[in-house]
Amino acid sequence: MGLDGTNENWSSLAEDQRRQIEASMQPGETVVAWFQPNLTHELRFQTGLVVVTDCHIYSIYAEPHTTRGSDSGSPRIWPLAGGLRARELGGAGILELLTDADRLAFWRYTVSEAPAAHRLAHRFQAALAGKLLDTAEDKQERQAICPSCGGALADEDEVCPTCNAATLRPTASLFRLTQFARPRIGIIFLGLILTLASTAALLVPPYLSMPLIDRVLLPYQRGEAVPPGLLPLYLSGLAAASVLYWLLVWARQYVTAWASERISSDLRNKTYSHLQTLSLEYFGGKRTGDLISRVSSDTDKICNFLAINLIDFMSDVLMIVMTAIILLSLNAKLALVVLTPLPAIIWLVYWVRERLRKGFRQGGKAWADMVSVLADTIPGVRVVKAFAQESREVDRFQQTNVHVVETNDQVNKVWAFFYPMVTLMTDSGLLVVWIFGAYLIANQSVTVGMLQAFLAYMAKFYTKMESMVRMVSATQRAGNAATRIFEILDRVPSVAEPVKAIRPGRLNGRVEFRRVGFRYGSRPVLHDVNLDIAPGEMIGLVGASGSGKSTLINLVCRFYDVADGSIRVDGQDIRSFPVSEYRHNIGIVLQDPFLFYGTVAENISYGKPNATREEIVAAARAARAHEFILRLAEGYDSIVGERGQSLSGGERQRISIARALLIDPRILILDEATSSVDTETERQIQEALDNLIQGRTTIAIAHRLSTLRKADRLVVMDRGRVVEVGPHHELLQHEHGAYTRLHQAQLDMAQGLAAMAN
Amino acid sequence: MATRTQNPPPAFGLSHDAFGRLVLIDAEGLRHVGVEPIRGFPISDRERWITIIGGDGREVCCIENLADLPPQTREILEGELAHREFVPEIQRIVNAAMNVDPSQWEVETDRGRTSFLLNSEDDVRRVAPHCYLICDSAGGRYMIRDTRKLDALSRKLLDRYL
Repeated sequence: MGLDGTNENWSSLAEDQRRQIEASMQPGETVVAWFQPNLTHELRFQTGLVVVTDCHIYSIYAEPHTTRGSDSGSPRIWPLAGGLRARELGGAGILELLTDADRLAFWRYTVSEAPAAHRLAHRFQAALAGKLLDTAEDKQERQAICPSCGGALADEDEVCPTCNAATLRPTASLFRLTQFARPRIGIIFLGLILTLASTAALLVPPYLSMPLIDRVLLPYQRGEAVPPGLLPLYLSGLAAASVLYWLLVWARQYVTAWASERISSDLRNKTYSHLQTLSLEYFGGKRTGDLISRVSSDTDKICNFLAINLIDFMSDVLMIVMTAIILLSLNAKLALVVLTPLPAIIWLVYWVRERLRKGFRQGGKAWADMVSVLADTIPGVRVVKAFAQESREVDRFQQTNVHVVETNDQVNKVWAFFYPMVTLMTDSGLLVVWIFGAYLIANQSVTVGMLQAFLAYMAKFYTKMESMVRMVSATQRAGNAATRIFEILDRVPSVAEPVKAIRPGRLNGRVEFRRVGFRYGSRPVLHDVNLDIAPGEMIGLVGASGSGKSTLINLVCRFYDVADGSIRVDGQDIRSFPVSEYRHNIGIVLQDPFLFYGTVAENISYGKPNATREEIVAAARAARAHEFILRLAEGYDSIVGERGQSLSGGERQRISIARALLIDPRILILDEATSSVDTETERQIQEALDNLIQGRTTIAIAHRLSTLRKADRLVVMDRGRVVEVGPHHELLQHEHGAYTRLHQAQLDMAQGLAAMAN
Repeated sequence: MATRTQNPPPAFGLSHDAFGRLVLIDAEGLRHVGVEPIRGFPISDRERWITIIGGDGREVCCIENLADLPPQTREILEGELAHREFVPEIQRIVNAAMNVDPSQWEVETDRGRTSFLLNSEDDVRRVAPHCYLICDSAGGRYMIRDTRKLDALSRKLLDRYL
């Protein structure tokens, strides 16, 4: 048995299954590949094992089951022949062992196993061809790709670090904020000391009031003599405590606000910079408004929480603990009586917290549902009106609105009950003190002053209880905010930076697609694309929409990484380049160019911020943008973009062409660069593009075949596959070819238009 | 029913070949090998608008209503549909990590016990009152037909996602 490097973790498989198969093997037989189907033929969950060796295929399931054609206790064996094919069938995958005449066997698996099944089928074919897939090329491929995320793998990494990291998630997001607090530990410690001191200062006055009553006021009332310095002493003590408290709280607020502002600023920076490293895939699945609010308002909520709620909470806890200690030291019996409602209040807080948590979550969801009805129908109001569905939309809105009211009612009910309840508890607590205090005074075991101090402490004690309850909802809110932020921070970029980067430098521009496949989720969009593009060659991608053209260029740009196969530039897998250095070699002109808020010059030099004016103007000239830019009020300094001067589609397009020209890319991507403009503008843009494509490897997508007249070769795509490749006139010679059909359809349309014009 | 008289069910025959592929023989007697039936409304109207797609990705025919088919054809078609549709029904939630996204779920389904990773509550989609479709992080789908029929613990675990 050759258990060498070909078998990742062969020995880690379920042992009895592995043993059974090993027992059936002949001496000297080598395992080529294996796969664990996780469904039975009836699509029930059960793990099996399919093993391909250099001469057989083995299959076994964990437990024997009774179905026709399924594997029972001992492994089933077929000779290595025929074909192994993996494909998707409904919601699950199917792996079939086929001969020329029939299907020998099949296995089912869930989509999560699909990459592994495809890999098995691939290795099977290789084993059949007599070559063990252990050549250097395959090894390189295996190192480079993680089967589940497509990220690059290090040499000996069997578990992809990317995928692994994504599953390590926080349990308590708020505690994770401490990592941001660490750099400012000194100032936070100072804040804690100040909190402690100010809380202590707050507890001084009731303590002083005790001797004030017993030794000064009561003797006065009884007409007894009192030492003359005593009253001013206690009064000045009270005054000093108040002033001290004021100063300490002032310092505390300032210090904690300063620190929390810095922490939330760090959090914002970190979140935004992390957001920028994430792939387009992530942004594609998120609403812009949601991401913006995470970076802005969620960090602000956390700032407030740290600065106000958390500090308040700490001082409350300190206060309660200190008060309890003072009360117990003054009179243990009375203190115990006073503290009896405490467990009830704690229970009440807990009860309310659960209710509120649920209520807030449901309320938030109901609100989001309502907003999404708005977000849906207001931009689409033309459709609503065109189909006369106003009343239906109003109904839909009302329904979600009713839901909002219902959920909020529940929260309100809890709140409405809760506050008076706490007050009742507080009052009954005070009543107990009065009753028991009166009894103790009658027994001469406490003084009036002490009772007064008790009552004063009690009042403070219960107010703090109330504010601690308010802390509950603040914690919920901040915790939610923190979770939403960590959701971004924990997201690992799916276009991963290579472990061992190769610096691309200035590329030549030879692009090779090798068996490229790609899936959006489980939906395959590209299959087995093979294509070589010579440096400086212009390729026109044509095909119906949805045929995979845009996906192909997204892969070249590394907005996504390929799922199978590889894309090589100058012979190197593009995943081995650092993403940003690689993209410096690529210029992109999109159908709807985006201009940032800023000057024309800034927009042109976006990809090369240190470009000289000369370079900018040269680029604009070549892009046929110079003249119209000069016609703008402030020329190159005119502000464009959102809120800026409005430009026509053709003008914006030419600015974006200048932008691409300026970085002098080796590889140029034109994605429908001229499809949204009129013919005259197209002519201008075309001139600009002709300058741009000079000497660069160009991949252009266009619906109008006329735009691709300069293309050296055309690549016709259909449902994720390349169906035809060749120059225009060559492709037209295939009478029933896909390109001929496309071309004919466009000719017919043009003739139809001409006929209408006549 | 008016639609039935206007659009009689297309006359065709269905069978499986030796490869397990579905073969459709249409009214003209043409053989279409490797056709695939696809439900037009797999959630809202499962029994109607089933389209049969040929190997080239084009529509071969469309069945407006399964009930209109001869029983034998219908059986083959439903068998094939059942073969293609893998949406286990969750009957009990054994465990689901609370307050953590993505969360690991352990469930008992009508197809046996399994576990999956749920990215966020956004992937739990309400398709009808008390009926939910769950999409896991790998793209697998699970159905909860009626939340009221779940036991108390399952409902409690599920509650956070609804």
